Amino acid sequence: MRTTYQILPASDSSLLILVGNEISFEHHVIVRRLVTALSSVTHPAIRNIHPAYASVLVAFDPLLCEADEVRRHIESALVASESVSLPRERTIEIPVAYGGEFGPDLEAVAKHNNLATDEVVRIHSGAEYRVFFLGFSPGFPYLGGMPSTIATPRLATPRTAVPAGSVAIGGNQTGIYPVQSPGGWRIIGRTPARLFDPTEHPPALLHMGDIVRFRPIGPDEFRIQ
Amino acid sequence: MSRLLVHNPGFLTTVQDAGRPGQAHLGISASGAADGVALRIGNWLVGNAENAAALEMTLVGGTFEFDAEVIVSLTGSSFEAAVEGISLEPWRAYHLKAGSTLKVGPTHSGARCYLCVRGGFDVPKFLGSASTHLFTGLGGYEGRPLKKGDELVIGTNTRTEPVNRAVSFDFIRRLYASEPLRVTWGPQRDFFPEEAQKLFLSSKFHVLENSNRMGLRLHGPVIQRRSSEMITEGTPLGAIQIPQDGQPIILFVEHQTTGGYPKIANVIAADIHRVGQLRPRDKVQFALVTFEQARRIHLDQEAALRKHLEDLR
Repeated sequence: MRTTYQILPASDSSLLILVGNEISFEHHVIVRRLVTALSSVTHPAIRNIHPAYASVLVAFDPLLCEADEVRRHIESALVASESVSLPRERTIEIPVAYGGEFGPDLEAVAKHNNLATDEVVRIHSGAEYRVFFLGFSPGFPYLGGMPSTIATPRLATPRTAVPAGSVAIGGNQTGIYPVQSPGGWRIIGRTPARLFDPTEHPPALLHMGDIVRFRPIGPDEFRIQ
Repeated sequence: MSRLLVHNPGFLTTVQDAGRPGQAHLGISASGAADGVALRIGNWLVGNAENAAALEMTLVGGTFEFDAEVIVSLTGSSFEAAVEGISLEPWRAYHLKAGSTLKVGPTHSGARCYLCVRGGFDVPKFLGSASTHLFTGLGGYEGRPLKKGDELVIGTNTRTEPVNRAVSFDFIRRLYASEPLRVTWGPQRDFFPEEAQKLFLSSKFHVLENSNRMGLRLHGPVIQRRSSEMITEGTPLGAIQIPQDGQPIILFVEHQTTGGYPKIANVIAADIHRVGQLRPRDKVQFALVTFEQARRIHLDQEAALRKHLEDLR
């Protein structure tokens, strides 16, 4: 099956490859294949590859080549990506202390969806998630598979500091903040797991394509870990 | 092995080089000098490779002692600076004797200046770069701003060229002209009604206090957008995103690698160094150019920079 895509300039130093406009497993697989193809034959002007749900942003040095040359490289990677075979997925369990001091927005998420807070916890921890990509900040996993019954819009003004380990919902997406950073998602809990450790190789705990499950823990277990 | 001793770090001083590209798939943006042009010229002045690690000072500089003779330059914004009571001008290389103390004070112009030393600063590299990523505490000197008492090792550089290099102020003035920041349209331009696009291009914004290397938060008229939520996608350096409150944020050197707020426009590559010199309360305006114009401006600027540096050689 041929992938349908669109390549458009996002800036004078980057091209955005859109393979769809919705979050889906099919788009994730296309993105993963494309990133694998782009990483196996690199172009000297390409500085960074930013995978996302249904797109890949390719940033390049405009002093080294024209956008059209990068576009041609991407087009040939798109063709090559169709014959890429992906490795088998790993499954990783993430312990989470939901609500209270660890999840200041849990009640807002419950209220928005007309649910009790423990129902939000049950729904969030009952699902199986896929690491669609790492982005935003170092090691931050964007997870696919969150039930739409707990979707909640982002904050109108992002917080300037979200604590490391915070588990959050932004629209119909969920993720974990590996390091303290600004952020506009609704924080529903926190994990004691270290998602980003610069002394490890690779420094990110989760990889694109991993399967993730959340296990609810109490505040005491959080502090022990 | 020669060292720099920090007597006073100043307001916010970090080790920066040309950045850490190639890690965006892990969520790590390139970081690096906020004013990459000043870093390049500063390194050129002292005879280093253009991407050698330097100190980036912010708004108020620090006081540093050198335990051996050293060749230094200060580039970027004009900060008050003196060695043993003798003023140092920016955009010029100086030879300091062993035991000299360089005192850098407050800025007279923009946000940042760079202290380059011949040999560069030798810090452990993280993922191939010496640059500090402040918001995640990675890279540079222990992943943090410098503190009183820190000692930085100066690398070795065996070049012995005479030190009488300076860059002309006319050339610098052109590089840092206080004109509108030039932008190209962003990928979500269509999320904004035509009136909002016009308002964005015709308005003056000012830089808010909580701006930093990750992003510059602007305040001005509310840029309305249609209410549709987009799905998260990759974000380039210089992207101007509009959150729900309608106040633009320019994604800067430590920017998030992906984001879900629509991007109305993007600062062109040739003007990114000027973003690094914006201070809180500075006024910002944007001027639209085409992708072709952006490329031409960038190539011309680079050619002028190269020619200027070659002429002085």
